[in-house]
Amino acid sequence: MEPFGYVRAGTVREAAEALAEHPGARCLGGGTNLVDLMKLGVERPGLLVDVSRLPLDTVEELPDGSVRVGATVRNSDLAAHPLVRDRYAVLSQALLAGASGQLRNAATTGGNLLQRTRCPHFQDLSKPCNKRTPGTGCAAREGTHRDHAVLGHSEQCVATHPSDMAVALAALDARVELDDGRTTRAVPADRFHRLPGDQPERDTEIRPGELITGVVLPAATASLPSAYRKARDRASYAFALASVAAVLSTAEDGTVAHVGLAFGALAHKPWRAERAEAALRGAPATEDAFAHAVERELQAARPLRDNGYKVPLARNLAVDVLTRLAARRTRPGTLQEDS
Amino acid sequence: MAGHPDKGGATHDDSARATGHRSEVTLTVNGTPHTLLLDHRRVLLDVLREDLDLTGSKKGCDHGQCGACTVLVDGRRVNGCLLLAVTLDGSEVVTVEGLADGTGEPHPLQKAFLDRDAFQCGYCTPGQICSAVGMLAEAAAGHPSHVTDPAAPSGRPVRLDAAEIRERLSGNLCRCGAYPHIVEAVEDVI
Repeated sequence: MEPFGYVRAGTVREAAEALAEHPGARCLGGGTNLVDLMKLGVERPGLLVDVSRLPLDTVEELPDGSVRVGATVRNSDLAAHPLVRDRYAVLSQALLAGASGQLRNAATTGGNLLQRTRCPHFQDLSKPCNKRTPGTGCAAREGTHRDHAVLGHSEQCVATHPSDMAVALAALDARVELDDGRTTRAVPADRFHRLPGDQPERDTEIRPGELITGVVLPAATASLPSAYRKARDRASYAFALASVAAVLSTAEDGTVAHVGLAFGALAHKPWRAERAEAALRGAPATEDAFAHAVERELQAARPLRDNGYKVPLARNLAVDVLTRLAARRTRPGTLQEDS
Repeated sequence: MAGHPDKGGATHDDSARATGHRSEVTLTVNGTPHTLLLDHRRVLLDVLREDLDLTGSKKGCDHGQCGACTVLVDGRRVNGCLLLAVTLDGSEVVTVEGLADGTGEPHPLQKAFLDRDAFQCGYCTPGQICSAVGMLAEAAAGHPSHVTDPAAPSGRPVRLDAAEIRERLSGNLCRCGAYPHIVEAVEDVI
């Protein structure tokens, strides 16, 4: 690991100023990914700005009924928080499907969003990687890519984003709050991460000098039936092969009133299934309709040599989750099955 | 991470200030405060093992994947290999060496691991036990897991069956495959 300076920020402004003054600086939250990447030599920041003790460690309801999650709230605390468990079940489930108890105790909300891909070529300095070192090529496209993208990838990069949490945030229409020390702005969660295009080194829309201060969960999706389902090689403690986050409510006549659907592990970002959502709004909430809509979404898939299995896997996960959600009665504040 | 340039003369220089690539850090480990001047690159696991001679916490993968380095920081289980010690200034750390009570009587989980023969080579055991201590506190505080019924009321203690124990301890790998006895040992203390 390269030597680096360290500063513990007391305020958001202090953190933003340190980031602005040192272009090679990185924010340190729980460090569960960044410290590992520093050990591997993938990240070599000259300065770490420790934001883990900023006063952004609360989950609170806002007057408009939305819920604001501070950037330094730990993943385990967020998953267990009553406001999240009772109103945004998909988020709690997604967090608990990721990593281990120890990692969730350290990992922060902001850090989870900013974690890097687990593409083995990105983590291996002996391999070419356009994300790690632009212009060097991609070892995954023709190499080991069983875990890689089937949607939205580019010639330059076929990596996936590893977060489970971010997939739930996309389906919930959450917003990511950013602050550069002078102004704040909010970006929809499903627009925060980018597709790789010809700039795979840029994972997100965050600008130099900005830090994540929080995430807002909107009132509009509070207490709607929602669920997260993840397929992985082991029963626990493994990244997704494919995952789905779904929010679904139905009207009295059995049609879809609200639907939010996002896939994990299929793309460089959580993949918001906008085509499927558009097809489902007002449509009958039936297994056939879900299958038709999800297949329409996945028509855009362009699997690589060894990851074609992800397309039917994602389809089946999504149809199953939506069908189960449709069987529930929309009853605010509860998760009880219709009986 | 190779080496630790600060080990030696500079490590306990209390007069030094937090500048450059080193900072003064105070950690309370198993009840004893230690003030150290540490290179920012040093992780908690290495400080425990190399500076404080607490070699119970083990280095398995050194990448947060195996759990052998699990310790309790401010009561929460974490991977010591991924925590930069400089970030922990003022924290309370408990390692496997600190679990016994004041009279030297082993922690109930330590006794249960012995009674159930919950190890073979023993390398993962300190991490397993520290993880289980943290995990029991999480369940008592109402933290759900991946296998907890989503309809279970939030904020209430979670009853731990074998499936819950297995899921909650999935961050601790055992290459000898002692999992069945580890689960039984944890069940014994619930």
